[in-house]
Order: sequence, then structure tokens, then C-alpha cells
Amino acid sequence: MTSNCIFVPEESFLDELKRKTIITGHYGSGKTEFAVSLALKFARNENHTDSDNVSLARQWNHPPVSLIDLDIVNPYFRSREQRKLLEENGISVYGSVYKKEIAAELPALGADIKAPLECSNTKVIIDAGGNDTGALILNQFTKYFTDDETTILAVINANRPETSDINGAAEHITAIENITGLTVSYIINNTHMLRETTTEDILSGLELCKTVCKKLDKTLLCSCYPEEIITPDDLRKLQEHEKNLMPLGLYMRPTWLK
Amino acid sequence: MSKKVLMKGNEAFSEAAIRGGCRYYFGYPITPQNEVPEYMSRELPKRGGYFIQAESEISAVNMAYGAGAAGGRVFITSSSPGIALMQEGFSFLCSAEVPTVILNVARGGPGIGTIQPSQADYFQATRGGGNGDYMIPVFAPSSIQEGVDLVYEAMELSDKWQNPIYILTDGILGQMMEPVVLPDQVPFVDSKDIRKHKPWAITGYGDDDSKKNVVKSLRLAAEELEKHIQSLFAKYEKAEKELVRVETIDIEDADVVIVAFGTMARIAKEAIELLAEQNIKAGLLRPISLRPFPYEAFNKISNRTKVIISAELSMGQMMQDVKLGVNNRFPIKLLNRTGGMIPTPLEIAERTKKIFEEIGG
Repeated sequence: MTSNCIFVPEESFLDELKRKTIITGHYGSGKTEFAVSLALKFARNENHTDSDNVSLARQWNHPPVSLIDLDIVNPYFRSREQRKLLEENGISVYGSVYKKEIAAELPALGADIKAPLECSNTKVIIDAGGNDTGALILNQFTKYFTDDETTILAVINANRPETSDINGAAEHITAIENITGLTVSYIINNTHMLRETTTEDILSGLELCKTVCKKLDKTLLCSCYPEEIITPDDLRKLQEHEKNLMPLGLYMRPTWLK
Repeated sequence: MSKKVLMKGNEAFSEAAIRGGCRYYFGYPITPQNEVPEYMSRELPKRGGYFIQAESEISAVNMAYGAGAAGGRVFITSSSPGIALMQEGFSFLCSAEVPTVILNVARGGPGIGTIQPSQADYFQATRGGGNGDYMIPVFAPSSIQEGVDLVYEAMELSDKWQNPIYILTDGILGQMMEPVVLPDQVPFVDSKDIRKHKPWAITGYGDDDSKKNVVKSLRLAAEELEKHIQSLFAKYEKAEKELVRVETIDIEDADVVIVAFGTMARIAKEAIELLAEQNIKAGLLRPISLRPFPYEAFNKISNRTKVIISAELSMGQMMQDVKLGVNNRFPIKLLNRTGGMIPTPLEIAERTKKIFEEIGG
């Protein structure tokens, strides 16, 4: 590698994720951006794979990657708003039964949500609502969340006031575990300040997440960075401290919200 | 000042109210402002304040009337149809000269409408639906930081002018996240010290009969009411001079001047950059105070400007004020979306370009 070469993070840590990935966290932690970026990444990988699973899923006319949007807390900025982008990339999107009505205050879930949970040939990303109240909805699907095929992630943004210290962040994770009865498998450091994110933000979040992991006996899966903000030089700096780096798009943020 | 944090608009406005000394909050749930009562219910009691979920918006505004009359710093919030219900109370608050800070996280109407953002409460906010001769200053932030600063300042302004102060935002500003620096906490005024700050407040006789105060909006004698209204309007005249706020960008040398507030101004700023790429020089006049409206700022627009565009998320409610500001100097065109629809910067740029070309620019 020459000094001019742009460092591309290796994302083998994503292999840790089982068939079903549940994304939880405080609202504003960036769960939805993470979910959309992860779904697109999975779809890109799967579309270039001829695995038995993929061909089986296609045989049953089911895309190999599905995103279930269980956010019934937020009225705006939900992952199902990106339905077009996701579907164009071969991802099936499940959310409110009123699929075309993203503006409706009707958090009604259709029975079809169970399809990707039951279809063993599709990878599923589940974007839960914010906080423990948003995660509560997971309870009605508990029977599908068996250890052998489920990974539960907790996303932390240390720039959110409620999760900016060890106790706040740990309490949020514990509250989500208590209300759902599920055990968080990995912590994701998604410390950001939207388009003002700096490497210092990400690194200070990394320190906090490491401490939270120690306190709660969890494992840190990766740190995220906004792809359009972080320069190759910034990336190299991050790599000195964190080898598991996940680029995120700012899909949920219109350009005029600079 | 705190370090920069990432907050949702509704949370940040709530925190700004607490830091501005709000000790009493009364509210009723309605999307897209629900995070405000949620935040206040969690945070205000911890900080020594009081949260009450009222049984309706009408109750909430009347609780504000009571707590404000007793000298408390009060914050009430709702969204468009909920604000409509509160308006009877706004008239009472103005007549009785009771300070209160009002936040509207507006949604699309008329009627129950939609939960998506809108600016169609412009008339409701600036003209008001309450009865009688009254005036409420209205500010419209276009970022969460500006909203925080205005809510915080409004607590002080409301006490100073003994009048409600109204902050008009919309669902986008309430629901989105943005980095924000929070101001320092203003200490709560202890109940026993209220008379020192607000000699007019109803705080009971205590051991001094001379403390008898009455806060009321009933004045049956026409002579008395007329005199009272004249004194209110003398106060409003002073307030209007002090409270005009506006941001202008390149309006002294523009082909087109876009007038827009709040979220729409935010989108217009990016549209202006796109127009520059098309060699159209567009300026922005952003009213921050909608009442008083910054009419005089229009005098800075140079004669080379071909057209003024009133860009709004409504059917052109603000355009009536734009006409008064323009005073027949330039043609005015409406560029709008409504019903909860939000244009992209590209849409604004393209429509502005078309208007400019049609006008012969």
C-alpha cells in the first residue's frame, strides 16, 4: 500500500451478524442510518453471491435482504421513507401496513412482517424504535429471536446528552434489555454530530463505548463514520485506534439541512 | 454555555425553556410536538419545576393563565389544531398581561390535516384567532440552535413585556436532530421572592394587606376597557420597535429576492447556491420576527431586482406582509407547497428561474 492509497476498512466484523440483526438504541443514536447502510451493504454482498440461500430466496420470489422498520415512536425520519432506494437495491421493506402512507400516524404492523422472520433464506435487519419504549414492540416477535440466528445490537452516540456518560449509556442498554428480555450482543459506536462529525467525536465515543462494554460485559462490534464527511486522512487516523470501521451514508438527512 | 450536543428540536426547545427559568409546563399530546411534554414530564420535576398533562389544550392554556398570574414562568406547547384550541386563552393572557411562552410545532391543516410540516399557521400566529384587540410577538427560527436561543430569550421577553411570546416552528424543526449549544441555567425565582420580580402577581396577602392584586381580563365599563386597550397598544408599539429581527443575504445586489422564513428559508439558502450556478443572483430576506414583520428591511433591496418571491409552505399567507414591505416597488410571485409537502432546493431553484425568465430577467 502506498502512502497515497485510500484506506478501505475491512468489514469482516459484519460476519459476526447472524441471519437476523436487531438494531436498538437511544433515539438519535443513528439506528436508522445504520440500518439503511447495513441493508445496502448486505444487499450489495448478497447480489454478488451465488449462495444456496440467495438462489433459494429468489426462487421463492423473496429478496435475499429484508429491512423491517418497527419504529412506531418517531413520526418523521423513519427507514421506510427510504423504501424506494432500498427496493431499487433489491431489499424488501416491511413497516406500517399503510405502505404508501409514510405520513400516517398509524403504526399498524401487517402480518406479512413475519415472512422474512420465518423465511430462513433471507437476511433480516430490524430497525427498532428509540429507547426502551421503542424497543417494546420487539416483544410480540420474541419467538423469532432465538440465539442461534439473532444478533442484537445497541447503537451508542456519545454526543446525545442522555448517553454521553458511562452510566447514561449503560442504563439505556440495560433498560432495553429489561423491557424486551433480550440480551444485547454487541455495542456499536456511532458517535456523530451529523455533518459536523470529527474524528475526535468518533474517538471520544470509542473510549466511552469501550468502558460501557467493560461495565456491561459486552463486545464492541465497530465504530461508524459518515462516509461523506470523513476524509481519507481522517480514516487513517481512526484506523490507528479502531480496525472495525463501518461507513454510513446520510440517507435520512436532506442536503439543505446543513 | 454547555459543550455542543446533538439534540432533537423538540427536546432542545424544552431544555431551552427550562434553562430560561420555566418552572411550569402544561400540555396535551399532539404530533409532531410530543417530545416536548415527554421531555418536560421527565426533566422538569427533577429540576424543581412542575409538569401537568392537561385534559385538553384549552385546559393547558388556562392552567398557564393561572400559573402565570401567580408570577410563575410558564411554557405551553402544541401543534396547529391544538394551538387553535388555545387561542381563546391567548386573548385572555394578553388582556390580563400575563407572561407565557408559546411554542407551535406546526403541522399541515386545515382541520386535523396531516402530521407533516407546514407554515399555514402564519395567519393564526401573527393575526390570531382570539377575540378583541391584542398582539402577540411571533418569532420563527430556522435552525434548532436559533429555536433554542429564541425560546430561552422569550422567557425573559415575556416577563419584560408582560405578554405572551409565540415561537412558530414546524414538524421538521421539532423532529430533526442538530448539533446545539445550550445556554446557562437561569435560576428559578423562589415563590417567596416573586413579588420582588413581579409586583403585579397574585401571591396572596401574606402579612401585608397592601399586597392585594387582581389579574383579570374582564372590564365591563367601556371607558375602562378602551383606556386599557390604549395602554396595551402603547406597550405593543414600543415592543414592535424593539423586537424586529431579520436576516438578509445579498439583497442589495440581487436579480431575485426570495422571502422565506423557518424551514423554507433553509431550503431557499441551498436553492440560492443552485441559482448562482445558473448565473441568477438570488438574495434572501428571512423574517425571524413574523410579528413585528421586518417591513423596513425591504427598503434595502436595490432597484436592479426584477422580482420578489414569497416562498412559503402555505397558500401565500405571508405574501400579504411581503406586499406591505415591497410597497409596489417590485412584482411579487408566490412559490409554495402546502399540505405537508416540502420542496427540494432544486424545485425552488427551477421554479425561481422560470419566474425570473417569465418576468424578462
